[in-house]
Amino acid sequence: MHIVVVGLSHKTAPVEIREKLAVPESRMGEALTRLCSYQGVREGILLSTCNRVEVYAVVDEIESGYGRIQEFLADAHLSLSSEQLTPHLYWHQGDRAISHLFRVAASLDSMIVGESQILGQIKEAFEVALTHKATGIILNKVVKKAISVAKRVRTETRIAEMAVSVSYAAVELAKKIFSDLSEKTVLLVGAGEMAKLAARHFIANGVRHVRVTTRNPQHGLELANRFGGTAVAFEQFREDMASADIILVSTGAAHYLVSEDDVQRSVKQRMNRPMFLIDISVPRNIDPAVRHVDNAFLFDIDDLKARVEQNRGERLNEAEKAERMVVDEVGIVRQWLQSLEVTPTIVALRTRVDDIKRAELDKTLGRLANLSPLERELVEAMASSIVNKLIHNTMVTLKAEVNSSEGAAFVEAARRFFSLGDSAVSNVNGSASSEPEACHSSQEDIRDVEEVTPRTGSKTSDH
Amino acid sequence: MAAMFFVVTMVLYFAATVSYLAYLLWPSEALSKVSLGVTAIGFASHTIALVARMVRATDVSPPGFHEALSFFSWMLILVFLAVEFRHRLHVLGSFIVPLALVSLVSAAALPETAPTLTPVFRTLWVHVTLSMLGTVGFAIAFVAGVMYLIQDGLLKSKRFNVLYSKLPALDFLDHLNQQSIVTGFPLLTLGIITGALSAEFSRGSYLNWNPEQTWALVTWVFYFAVLMGRLTVGWRAKRAAYLTIIGFAGVILTLIGVVLKSHGPVS
Repeated sequence: MHIVVVGLSHKTAPVEIREKLAVPESRMGEALTRLCSYQGVREGILLSTCNRVEVYAVVDEIESGYGRIQEFLADAHLSLSSEQLTPHLYWHQGDRAISHLFRVAASLDSMIVGESQILGQIKEAFEVALTHKATGIILNKVVKKAISVAKRVRTETRIAEMAVSVSYAAVELAKKIFSDLSEKTVLLVGAGEMAKLAARHFIANGVRHVRVTTRNPQHGLELANRFGGTAVAFEQFREDMASADIILVSTGAAHYLVSEDDVQRSVKQRMNRPMFLIDISVPRNIDPAVRHVDNAFLFDIDDLKARVEQNRGERLNEAEKAERMVVDEVGIVRQWLQSLEVTPTIVALRTRVDDIKRAELDKTLGRLANLSPLERELVEAMASSIVNKLIHNTMVTLKAEVNSSEGAAFVEAARRFFSLGDSAVSNVNGSASSEPEACHSSQEDIRDVEEVTPRTGSKTSDH
Repeated sequence: MAAMFFVVTMVLYFAATVSYLAYLLWPSEALSKVSLGVTAIGFASHTIALVARMVRATDVSPPGFHEALSFFSWMLILVFLAVEFRHRLHVLGSFIVPLALVSLVSAAALPETAPTLTPVFRTLWVHVTLSMLGTVGFAIAFVAGVMYLIQDGLLKSKRFNVLYSKLPALDFLDHLNQQSIVTGFPLLTLGIITGALSAEFSRGSYLNWNPEQTWALVTWVFYFAVLMGRLTVGWRAKRAAYLTIIGFAGVILTLIGVVLKSHGPVS
């Protein structure tokens, strides 16, 4: 059994490919069912956001598992062959897969490091997987751990502050251009997470007029509703730019969407009223030449970050701190996963019962000092026989179930019944006493996730 | 008494100027309070000096450039205090108070009466007051323009220094620029009309195209164009800032020209 991840993200694939692979929420269940129907795939969870599509799975064999998942991804979109996908995909297994999930959850792999939305998206994906019983003991643990690691990173580093303060910096800059934001109009181009966050910040600071444009008109409409604004057709937003005072661009397109001429024209239409353009896209969506246009003020993500750094007055490499946390936490999960191996469990069980037997025998034989050697032998034989019969079924079941989908659950149960766990293992187990029912009661599980956090936090701070 | 208060005012405005310039470069906000206090005391002293001068003045002692400049300086501070009171715009003091000081020092360099402008009539008081009020408007517009260009430059070059944090929003400065011209322009217009009337009384012609009259008209036409350009073809923001700076430079040149002509070079 191996944990693997196959996927692509904003770092490896252009938006055109990501869009094609993205699985809408309504079809998530169906996709998960299909994923689990592949032979050798025991557990699976599908994470689909505008910046990444990833499949985390527990598979019997690594190589064939990779193949199946890639097939699954290609099947999601008929116009894409498996080969076409290859250059954009990444494959990780074991520790690296877990570490990848942790980094994603902690927003270390995000376009804007520290943005918080990814954590919510992972929780949602996990909930859907639980509802469709796609995950089992291993992924349940690992994903929950990922969520708690993300929370730990958020509370113990200032990485989240970074993303929030980028929006804050944008608003603060806007206030140096416009004295009264309530009369201003924000045009949101694209639905990048950071841009949405910034838009919310602007609304919180009094902006009342919001216009939204996205490539997908339906999505634009939904966003516009959420912000209490109006949707603009993507094809004509450039003509519409003049009506906006603040333009937030974050589309994930690989080229410039807004040129110097576009802005020059808009400023002219606005009779030289200043325009504030914020480009939160990587790569850039607004031509940097816009800087030369009078009365247009362009700031990109690096400018905003620089402003944040300056605000703080000190340079803290919060991301590095977070990376170290991820490494620690992966170590803990690795220990737990190792404990799920059958052979070491059988050895541990054997040792455990032998220890008990030895201790009890020593106690009893110490009191019966005048037994003959034969009698001593008989007593010892009886003890061994009781112990062996008691654990016989457990041993047989463990060996028999080693390759079944519930093997890990049996190992886990055996470890619990016979107190075979070590501290690291019990830490991961934490709140998971009702594990076998996890798939049937998703709500409870999510609550478990909430509970896990403080415990993990205090535990690790003891080290 | 007027002379004594005049000197006290000058000293206080000088202190306020130093304090306000330090405020511009210092991250702390505390200096603005000190500066404002000193300015307010200076203003009170200035008011006393002006009142004392007026009480002493008779119908036959008309206002000269000394009085005009002193009055101009007083008006600048008055408008500044009003704007500061309403918008809490401390940084405006760093620009206006030095200007008021320069104006007051120039007044001090001139004799208290204008010998060449006799005979004059009461209308001259009205003419000088209106023209000076108009000029105060243009001075505020000039200051707003300078502040606009500084803030624009800081934003464009992404230099977020102390000055950046203290200067107000661009559109506020642009609005201040517009309001100042909208207020100053009609006052200047009235000032020119009353000037023409008093010229008619004193010299028998409304307009005899002497240099200061010509310059006054050029200034009027210039600001008229600036105002119209803003309202019709969008001469606002950076362009408006440049235009008002140029316009005010013209006003100053006119003033210097008139003064030199009246008194000869101040040596």
